[in-house]
Amino acid sequence: MTTRAMDITYREAINQALREEMLRDESMFLMGEDIGHFEGAFKVTKGLLEEFGEKRVVDTPITEAGFTGLCIGAAMAGLRPVVEIMTVNFALVAIDQIVSNASKIHYMFGGQVDVPMVIRMPGGAGHQLSAQHSHSLDAMFAHVPGLKVCVPSTPEDAKGLLKTAIRDDDPVIVLESEGLYGKKGPVGGEDHLIPLGQAVVRRPGRDCTIVATSRMVWVALAAAEQLAAQGVEAEVIDPRTYRPLDLDTLAGSVRRTSRAVVVDEGWPECGIAAGLAAHLYESCFD
Amino acid sequence: MSTSPPPGPPPVEMREIFRTMTLIRRFEERAAEEYMAGRIGGFLHLAIGEEAAIVGTVSALRPDDPLTSTYREHGQALARGTDPRAIMAELLGRETGICRGRGGSMHLMDVQHAFYGGYGIVGGAVPLALGLAWAARYRETDQVSVTMFGEGAANQGVISECFNMAGLWDLPIVFLILNNQYGMGTRVERAAAMDDFYPRAVAYDIESWKVDGMDVLAVRAALSEAARLAREEQRPACVELLAYRYRGHSMSDPDTVRAAEEKERWKARDPLITFERVLLGEGIIDSAGVAAMHAEVDRVVDDATAFAQESPEVAIADLADDVYAEPWNDAPRGSALVRP
Repeated sequence: MTTRAMDITYREAINQALREEMLRDESMFLMGEDIGHFEGAFKVTKGLLEEFGEKRVVDTPITEAGFTGLCIGAAMAGLRPVVEIMTVNFALVAIDQIVSNASKIHYMFGGQVDVPMVIRMPGGAGHQLSAQHSHSLDAMFAHVPGLKVCVPSTPEDAKGLLKTAIRDDDPVIVLESEGLYGKKGPVGGEDHLIPLGQAVVRRPGRDCTIVATSRMVWVALAAAEQLAAQGVEAEVIDPRTYRPLDLDTLAGSVRRTSRAVVVDEGWPECGIAAGLAAHLYESCFD
Repeated sequence: MSTSPPPGPPPVEMREIFRTMTLIRRFEERAAEEYMAGRIGGFLHLAIGEEAAIVGTVSALRPDDPLTSTYREHGQALARGTDPRAIMAELLGRETGICRGRGGSMHLMDVQHAFYGGYGIVGGAVPLALGLAWAARYRETDQVSVTMFGEGAANQGVISECFNMAGLWDLPIVFLILNNQYGMGTRVERAAAMDDFYPRAVAYDIESWKVDGMDVLAVRAALSEAARLAREEQRPACVELLAYRYRGHSMSDPDTVRAAEEKERWKARDPLITFERVLLGEGIIDSAGVAAMHAEVDRVVDDATAFAQESPEVAIADLADDVYAEPWNDAPRGSALVRP
């Protein structure tokens, strides 16, 4: 992909989304470790403390369960918190709050309160960080009813999905990719929202379907280039969100090509690829 | 720290406190009968014996102060003013329940009365209470968030995290540690390094003290002071209440661990009996008044129980309602399970 002058990075696209939504809605605030003075471990929140002040850009102690739960409570009261968990790996410390509180509160209290919040976190392997800093836990979050889960692969999606997530009335997990923060591309304007549950065809093809998510979209596109050189036209589809899942687009492609490969960064056992493959078997093959 | 003797509330309020304590006792005794009759499924945790702690707390709050609790929370909802019919219906899993039958005994919520819920994960609701305090500060509403949890929950790490953030940011929150001396069947000395829990909050720069949780007026005075600190001085507070529950951990616990004489010793200090004595002694109520109040409370409980029994169960087709804020057919396979 060629880079154009107005292109910005995935990191800058997220920053734009946060800034635009904070200007739009005063009930929105950011909370996380080192997101203010330090401007984020990955510099995603650069400049936001300076612009919005300490009331709305809040540095926390290292206390993921505590501040994630705090933001759930604030969301129950009608605020719109956006939590940054420094990396996916640390979300495990907050998992009780995410799974037993954020995802369940609307349901088990009969719809009395919404939990309009976003939890952003980057993950993925390939940075020579060994076992504890390389998790891809997409399947774990996608497993949980009550959560919505976004997995942007481009700057445009990183911005457009996050803006939609912030305005959504349910808890939304946004799984960013550490490996994509420097990736450049065009982004939409202030009013460009990408609906949750809408897959996108990244490359059309007739011979086989490759369903790929997050950074694996780019790996799949590179593979499709190589396949094209051998005369095989692969269709690359990016679901963009696991919940809601746009099964129609995925299955529609597989019904045409009759072949599917599913690629994600997580462990294969009971993972995203396994779950998507099961969906495709059920809906595309007799 | 000791508190000065409280100025007693006016007689009408004293009678209301007594009535609410009695309502909670009678309501829970009836809930136990409904459980034994097989009409309540799931767990049923009774707070019988803890009525002073519950009513003393709630009576000290402003009606819009958000309250959160553990799963032993029927009394909190009653004290907050939730319709007893809607609570009993919730216990029986009926569509007319306060949470449409989806929550059951452990997960009551009544946002109209600022009761932000009972929660089933021990200690898990305390960060939510901190968030409710955060929202009050953010919007400058001068509400105080009050969260009740047990001495067993106090050993959960996340509560220390919340003490730290409350102390660090001076959030308007009152942590209420209801020390009933047993975490399920484990006596406090076998679970905690120190017998007292209130000093833990002191370590995080939070004003904290301990009072007799069987004395409703002492509880009320302590909570009034704690709420004042949070509301007027924007300082978090913590109160430890020493109390006792007469029943086992839940209805499925035969309660064989605790010694009979220990139970009798605490029952001798029953908060309903001791408070009735105070009211009679001060001429705030007479024995005819007590009898009339009992009869009225019994009618309320009878009516709530009949209402619940006659209410429709949650329809299987509706079981997955409310998973999301907007109705949405989530997982193609998941939804097939509940759509006959």
